[in-house]
Amino acid sequence: MIPVLFFLAAAATLAGALGVVLARNPVHAALFLVQTLIGVAVLFLLQDAELVAAVQVIVYASAIVVLFLFVIMLLGVDRAESMEDRVPYQRPAAIALGVILLVELLVLAGHEWATGQPTASGVPLEGGGFGGNVERVARVLFTDFLWAFEITSVLLVIAVVGAVVLARRSGQRGAPIDAPEGADEGDAGAAEEARV
Amino acid sequence: MTLAALEITSSYYLVLAAMVFTIGAVGVLTRRNVLVMFMCVELMLNAVNLSFVAFARALDDVTGQVIVFFVLVVAAAEVAVGLAIIVAIFRRRRHATADDLRALRG
Repeated sequence: MIPVLFFLAAAATLAGALGVVLARNPVHAALFLVQTLIGVAVLFLLQDAELVAAVQVIVYASAIVVLFLFVIMLLGVDRAESMEDRVPYQRPAAIALGVILLVELLVLAGHEWATGQPTASGVPLEGGGFGGNVERVARVLFTDFLWAFEITSVLLVIAVVGAVVLARRSGQRGAPIDAPEGADEGDAGAAEEARV
Repeated sequence: MTLAALEITSSYYLVLAAMVFTIGAVGVLTRRNVLVMFMCVELMLNAVNLSFVAFARALDDVTGQVIVFFVLVVAAAEVAVGLAIIVAIFRRRRHATADDLRALRG
C-alpha cells in the first residue's frame, strides 16, 4: 500500500512541478503549484510527519497560493507571456545547468554520509514517551529552537512592515503613476514602524 | 505484486526532492514572468522541506520536521515582501517580466 501511495504522490508532485514550469498562463502555474504542494503533503504523511503535512496544506497550499492568485488577478498578468528570450541560448544553457545540478544532487543523495548515523541525543519519531507527533515537534521547537523561534517573530514583523511600505500607494489619488516618490515615503515608513 | 513488497527507503524521497529542486531551478532560469519565477522558488523550498523530512525519518530525529517550520516562515516572509515588490514594479511599468527590470543595471 505504501509503495503505491508513494509513487502516486511522487507522480503528482513531479507532474505539478513540470506544470508550474511549462504552463504559459500564470493562473495554471499556480494551480499546478497546488498539485505539487498537496503531493508533497501526502509524502510528508507517509513519513510520519503529520503536523508538517497539515501545516503544508493549511499554510502553503491555501494561504500562500491564494496570495499568488490574488496578486495575479490584481495585476491582470494572467495572459500568456512571450517565450522568446532576449539573451540568446538562455534556455538550452539553463536546461544543461539543470541536468548538471540533477546529476550532482543524485550523486550526493546516493552517498554514504547523506544517510549517516542517527543522532544520539534528540527526540525520536516514535517511542520514548514523548507523546504524539505534535508533542514531539513542540518539545523540540520550544526547547532547543526557542531562540530561533523568537527570531522568526522579528523576521515576520520586518517582512510585514517592508511589504506595507513597499506596496503603499505613494502620492494622492489620481496622481500620475510615474510621479517621483519623495520624502513622504520615509515619514510613512517611520510612522508604520512606530505603529507596529 | 512486487510493487507492494517494495520498501520505500529515504533514498527514494531524496531522489524525488532532487528532481523537484532541479525543475524549480530550471524554471527560475527559463521563465520570464516574475510571479512564475516566485512559484519556482517555492518549488525549490518544498524540495528542501521534503529532504528535511526524509532525513528526519532516516535519522529518527524530529528536529528535521522542526526545521521545516522555519523554512515555512521564511518562505511566507519572502512571498509577502516579494509580492509587494512585484506590485510596486507593476504599478510603474505595467509589466511583470524579468526583462523589464533591466533598468536596475548600474
